[in-house]
Amino acid sequence: MITLESFLLVSALLFALGLAAVLTRRNAIMILIGIELMLSAANLNFVAFWRFGANPEALTGVLFVLFSIAVAAAEAAVGLALIIMIYRHYRSINPLKFNVLNG
Amino acid sequence: MADASWIAHLLWLLPVLPLAAAAGVTVSPPSRRRRAAAATIGAQAVAFLIASALFLVVLKSSGGGDEIVRQTFNFTWFNFGSSSLELGLLLDPLNAPMLVMVTFVGLLICIYSVAYMSNDANFVRFFAFLSLFSAAMLGLLVANNLLLLFICWELVGLASYLLIGFWAHKPSAVAAAKKAFITTRIGDLGFFLGMIWLYAEAGTLQFYAGGAGILEQSTLTQLAAGITIGGMALATAISLLLFCGAAGKSGQFPFHVWLPDAMEGPTPVSALIHAATMVAAGVFLVARVFPLFAATAGPDLVSTALTTVTWIGAFTAVFAAAIAVAQTDIKRILAYSTVSQLGFMMLALGVGGVAAAIVHLIAHAFFKALLFLGAGSVIHGCGDEQDIRKMGSVRRFMPITFATYAIGMMALSGFPFFFSGFWSKEEILHVVHGWPQSPVPFYLALAGTALTAFYMTRQMRFVFFGNSRAETAAKPHESPRIMTVPLAVLAAAAVLLGIFATPAWPWFHRFITGGTATVDFGRLFTAGTLGLMFLSILLVGAGVGTAWVVYRRLPGSASAPDPLERRLPRLYRALADRLYIDELYNATLIPLHGAAGRAADGLDRFVWNGMVAALTRIILLLSALSQITDRRLFNQGFDSGCEILRRSGGRVSGAHNRNIQARLVYIGSGMVLLFILFAWI
Amino acid sequence: MITDAAFIAFAVLGIVTLGATLGAVAMRDPVHCGLALALAFCGVGGFYILLGAEFLGFIQLLVYVGAVAVLIMFVILLTRRPDSGQDTNSRGFWSALAGSGVALGVFAVLAVAISRSPSIQTATPADPEASIAAIGRMLVSSHLLPLKMIGVLLTVALIGGVLGAMQEGGKLER
Repeated sequence: MITLESFLLVSALLFALGLAAVLTRRNAIMILIGIELMLSAANLNFVAFWRFGANPEALTGVLFVLFSIAVAAAEAAVGLALIIMIYRHYRSINPLKFNVLNG
Repeated sequence: MADASWIAHLLWLLPVLPLAAAAGVTVSPPSRRRRAAAATIGAQAVAFLIASALFLVVLKSSGGGDEIVRQTFNFTWFNFGSSSLELGLLLDPLNAPMLVMVTFVGLLICIYSVAYMSNDANFVRFFAFLSLFSAAMLGLLVANNLLLLFICWELVGLASYLLIGFWAHKPSAVAAAKKAFITTRIGDLGFFLGMIWLYAEAGTLQFYAGGAGILEQSTLTQLAAGITIGGMALATAISLLLFCGAAGKSGQFPFHVWLPDAMEGPTPVSALIHAATMVAAGVFLVARVFPLFAATAGPDLVSTALTTVTWIGAFTAVFAAAIAVAQTDIKRILAYSTVSQLGFMMLALGVGGVAAAIVHLIAHAFFKALLFLGAGSVIHGCGDEQDIRKMGSVRRFMPITFATYAIGMMALSGFPFFFSGFWSKEEILHVVHGWPQSPVPFYLALAGTALTAFYMTRQMRFVFFGNSRAETAAKPHESPRIMTVPLAVLAAAAVLLGIFATPAWPWFHRFITGGTATVDFGRLFTAGTLGLMFLSILLVGAGVGTAWVVYRRLPGSASAPDPLERRLPRLYRALADRLYIDELYNATLIPLHGAAGRAADGLDRFVWNGMVAALTRIILLLSALSQITDRRLFNQGFDSGCEILRRSGGRVSGAHNRNIQARLVYIGSGMVLLFILFAWI
Repeated sequence: MITDAAFIAFAVLGIVTLGATLGAVAMRDPVHCGLALALAFCGVGGFYILLGAEFLGFIQLLVYVGAVAVLIMFVILLTRRPDSGQDTNSRGFWSALAGSGVALGVFAVLAVAISRSPSIQTATPADPEASIAAIGRMLVSSHLLPLKMIGVLLTVALIGGVLGAMQEGGKLER
């Protein structure tokens, strides 16, 4: 039997891997990938809770994920545009070098 | 009396005038030759006039009884505490003729120098030194105070040093100047000690101060009664110390070594300082403080000081005369002659003949100045040649010089009857003959007389007779008139002075000792006088004759051996080498000094320096220790503390970096920790 | 046996998704990472379908795999430089370790929280109805405002992305 816990654990693993990518990779694109993964994990959680939730007829989880995917798409578009701009400016996408605004 | 006594108040002008001239000439540029000479000669001439006037004043005032009339001008130099230092000037029959002599000879020599030094680049400086010397010498003579006398005495020594070393480009002149200064300084040390001792005992250094002076009866009695080391009377001990200074200045044995070397100076200097005046200062000093030398506790006792003076004088007289026999430098012969004659004067003083000594001093000053200036004329004429072996037949070229030189030579040798030297020497022989203690000084004096005649004849033969042995082709020429005139004047003085010194009219002696001279030709014919005169003439004749015979045939060339050397080679060599006194000093005193110096140096270097160095080491060690504690303990403690702080700060600040991912790591770990914390609770 | 088939599907999807995610996170070459990411998105879409939200699953494939992953691939290729290697920082190992540790810690915390949570219901309810018509009704009725907001957001993001990618130094790139 596939339980809620299984999905939650998969989602947690997905989230942890995304977090690891954000924390360890020295590449802005990889960080963006990590963020997308973490977002996907959250979406998976929403869907899983909706599926095993008390009132599936309200379709709240599905609708939320729908909006979330739209926001994630917009976020990816803007983030990648930013990365392109940064790359043009610095000739690098190493986040350690983006420190002009750093105190 | 009173009407003329104002002149006596001019006494202070005597030293001050030449001093002012010296100061003026010193600061004038070297090109002002005429002005320098004029200032010096002018000051000397005025001083001579004043001295003559003073002499007349003294002459007039002492015309009366047997008392010696002294005029003193005492004043206070400065006060310290309750006591004061008195200085004073003195005019008495002892120094009045000396003043005349010094100014007169000085004046002539200054005039002579104008010609003699005319080619010298340092003409102006020379005259400045001459003026300085003159001032110091006159100050020495007029002093009524041993301290003032000593100050002038040293100034005279300084002037002598400057003038001997005047041709400083010659190393020998520099060496001679140093030798003269140092040798006389050794004697002056005795003088200085004696003076201090005297001040400690008597409380004053005034010679005559209304009964309180050191040469007056009360002090003399006290000094004669006082007994010091070895049972010596205080007066004797102090006198002997003072005599050290006198012997040094007057070139008495064993201090005579500097005087012949002093002939390195210009000839006028040799004439003025090292023949006529300065070297006589020692004799003058002894004559001045003669009462101190003669002071004994009782009338029957003999003064040890005077005995010493007698023996030293007698020995020096013969010793120097013997050395003079074998010298070949014209000025050195005269220098040893001077030493010898000063020995005669000391001898006379030692046996009590102050008057005889002073008369001989003045006579000697004239004829020795004459001889030196004559020698200078010869040297000048022969092209600066000083070796008598390279001269000869100068008589033919320089007649005036020859004539005046001959007069000087005869006066020195004691040719009978017409020369001052004869009578003054007779007087010395007379007083020495009467010395009760020993006949030996008398015999020494006789030997000295004969030797004097011998070496002067030898010199005359070599220089003026025979054939020319000059190595240069240049003919000798007579000196200019400015040089010959002083010679003539001095020659006249050398002759005329004899008139005042004969036993028939012992005016000069009476003048000095007090009393009136009477003309009594009978005194010439008393047994003692006549016998002595006869003996003296005989000895002079023997000396001159022997020399004439020995040097009948002069050596043909300058390098040929001396006739005397051929006969008595060993003796001649010893005499020519000045009896090895210089070598003796070189072998004994100088190594001794060197050793003492090295010992002191070693003491300084190893003992004191070692102590200081050890102390330094200890201090260095202590400071090194404290440095180590500072550096290793405190500094390092603080340093490591600071280092820890800094490193931990670095670490902490490293955490606070710009790495956004690292910050996320912190946030994440913080979240995890918080969660664990909540789960725990 | 549906249950077994679902379990097998879950296991296969889990292995594929997590393996692709691991590859997307850990592989050195960003191009490989991008490809693995696309696979991982597909796996997530599979999970949606498994959970009964088919519409979401297709949307996921359409948007994530079809748009986002492709976009990321484009950017990776655009910023790729042959001379600049990735992850060349000397402190990379330690920061990677720290990041991995933190990620592991977060996973542990989540896992513990999931396993201890009492509110999680273990019983599986019946498959809910999530038809496209129901979702369309919901979107245009009760969620109309968020739908319009998303539309505005997407428009703004589109304009912003285009302008940002085009502009350089305030000038339009030719």
